[in-house]
Amino acid sequence: MSYLNEFLFGIYPYIAAAVFLLGSLVRFDREQYTWKSDSSQLLRRGQLRLGSNLFHIGILALFFGHLVGLLMPKELYHALGLSTAAKQMLAIGAGGVFGTLCLVGLALLVHRRLAEPRIRATSTTMDIVVLLWILATLLLGLSSIFASLGHRDGSVMVLLGNWAQHIVTFRAGAADFIAGVHGLYKVHLFFGMTLFLLFPFSRLVHVWSGFAALGYLTRAYQIVRSKG
Amino acid sequence: MKVRAQIGMVLNLDKCIGCHTCSVTCKNVWTSREGMEYAWFNNVETKPGIGYPKDWENQERWQGGWRRKKNGRIEPRQGGRWRLLANIFANPNLPEIDDYYEPFTFDYEHLHNAPESQTAPVARPRSLITGQRMEKIEWGPNWEEILGGEFAKRGQDYNFEAVQKEIYGQFENTFMMYLPRLCEHCLNPSCVASCPSGSIYKREEDGIVLVDQDKCRGWRMCVSGCPYKKIYYNWQTGKAEKCIFCYPRIEVGQPTVCSETCVGRIRYLGVLLYDADKIESAASVADEKDLYKAQLDVFLDPFAAEVIEQARRDGVPESWLKAAQASPVYKMAMDWKIAFPLHPEYRTLPMVWYVPPLSPISSAANSGQVASDGVLPDVRSLRIPLRYLANLLTAGDEEPVARALERLLAMRAFMRGRHVEKREDTAVLERAGLSLAQVEDMYRYLAIANYEDRFVIPTAHREYAENAFDLRGGCGFSFGNGCSDGASETNLFGGKKGKSIPIKQVA
Repeated sequence: MSYLNEFLFGIYPYIAAAVFLLGSLVRFDREQYTWKSDSSQLLRRGQLRLGSNLFHIGILALFFGHLVGLLMPKELYHALGLSTAAKQMLAIGAGGVFGTLCLVGLALLVHRRLAEPRIRATSTTMDIVVLLWILATLLLGLSSIFASLGHRDGSVMVLLGNWAQHIVTFRAGAADFIAGVHGLYKVHLFFGMTLFLLFPFSRLVHVWSGFAALGYLTRAYQIVRSKG
Repeated sequence: MKVRAQIGMVLNLDKCIGCHTCSVTCKNVWTSREGMEYAWFNNVETKPGIGYPKDWENQERWQGGWRRKKNGRIEPRQGGRWRLLANIFANPNLPEIDDYYEPFTFDYEHLHNAPESQTAPVARPRSLITGQRMEKIEWGPNWEEILGGEFAKRGQDYNFEAVQKEIYGQFENTFMMYLPRLCEHCLNPSCVASCPSGSIYKREEDGIVLVDQDKCRGWRMCVSGCPYKKIYYNWQTGKAEKCIFCYPRIEVGQPTVCSETCVGRIRYLGVLLYDADKIESAASVADEKDLYKAQLDVFLDPFAAEVIEQARRDGVPESWLKAAQASPVYKMAMDWKIAFPLHPEYRTLPMVWYVPPLSPISSAANSGQVASDGVLPDVRSLRIPLRYLANLLTAGDEEPVARALERLLAMRAFMRGRHVEKREDTAVLERAGLSLAQVEDMYRYLAIANYEDRFVIPTAHREYAENAFDLRGGCGFSFGNGCSDGASETNLFGGKKGKSIPIKQVA
């Protein structure tokens, strides 16, 4: 059991991260033409407007929430005047709100993808896998809120934060922080990491371009290129 | 002054017979692929009608083109940069495929396999997206062909603005014309301005607007940004595609497929020199009716010494200067002022222009009240309302369109006098403000329309776009960038690198 724990939370994170980064780089380098958001809005508008907006706002907030929440050192947020318990409640509150937004949006998108004949016919297996995978990860994350309500002092949150910080700083013993936490967190972690593993092989690569699109804000409107 | 050259197009609507040869040849060459069945880089619409995609001219609905802000600057009508990015998850202005039409095929096999029956078997339509039966085909690129459908629907045509349209619904007063449409390859393209990933660009050498298929990420803002709805989202590849002005043909001096195959010989291709520094101010003029004239001011006289001098400094090849002087497009747009941009009020400064069509004298005028000054009939008594043409071509300013129609009438009257009645009627020329030489030229270009006169296309000069010195000895051998330069830029695995060009503006 401890071997499995060590593999899943000590080794697997690095495998997922390596595949995520290297896979993205290779695909960007070699397969530009396949790099796209793969929007299906043209084929059916319907639930997309509400669903896609809710989903994207929710999941972006969740992503940055996890990023900051897990990686910010204890000392830093204490110095900012935030106690561990208060941060735990903030995480539960914000995670709950944006998780719910995301879930409503995702439910609309899943329904649309599976029930709308045009979207179903033009979906790849990976499109459906990724959507359902995010759904599972999200549901696990939302249900972990109930486990978190059992320890409002934030002790488990600190453990998870330590794990993440150890992983990204390449320190040994990261997996030991996870060994004792509720199984729900473990499964959620596994699903979350696997999402990064799937990332370069799916339409998820458009997330990179989404951030790159911020360059539009400073660009001149017109682009003229010579043939070259 | 910054001189650039562009290949522009003029379509002489007076001679368009609505045969769709341009559309079909274009389709066969460029868009008969999965994901693009619904897309027509070129389509011909019967006007009045709401067109393809439905209602495309209604920018209140689709938000295409540019908007002039209170401070006198322009921004894409669908929103400035922040607004546009905020809409990236779901574009509120994107047409659905049903606004074009759901692509279909027919069950042809059923014609062979049907069991014996009392009635002849029919091939019923089937969706090319889902493969499912389609009960009814509801729209297409020429759905209102020859005034198909009831007037109540066609009458929603946006060009009826300020026209008493009810009377044109009556059989006796009805009118129609054809409008072939393609990408306008604008000087101030709103598709380029709307692209968050910077994948759409205008080519410096010939002004052709292209989508870099590798850089396109399918954000689909260009589809809503283009007021002519001439960018199509390929639902199979997830990339935006548009008319490429047949650039592989243009580069070697051949006309586009739509122009080459036009049986009415209505299409003209030629070089226009323009001042790139003037584009922004021309597109931002306060009054929409001034946009046509503002665009004329952007064009440069290819015979003016200072223009030629500056053009040489800006790297326009000599053959292009010569072509600009012989350009049929320049003659029609600038010399004779008979060609106009399509919907200049979109502020995109389009580069595919149209000669307005003449039409028969209306029945009201026929019944004895034909207005005429004794030389030419009043163009207001023509069947197609002047205001309708003006709404289409000059943002509602009737004067330039009336003048153009008069010139077309004058040319006909004069040449008829010469060939049929054997007399030179110079009064008619004076009335229309044309010289004898001009009207003879107009006749040669519009009526005779020789191939060599219609298409004056200089070949592309590679040395203009790249440094030939870097190519020496390496072209075809280095596995890096092929012929582009001597550097061997390889991909992660040492092979030939796919071409991805960073966004950089040409100064």
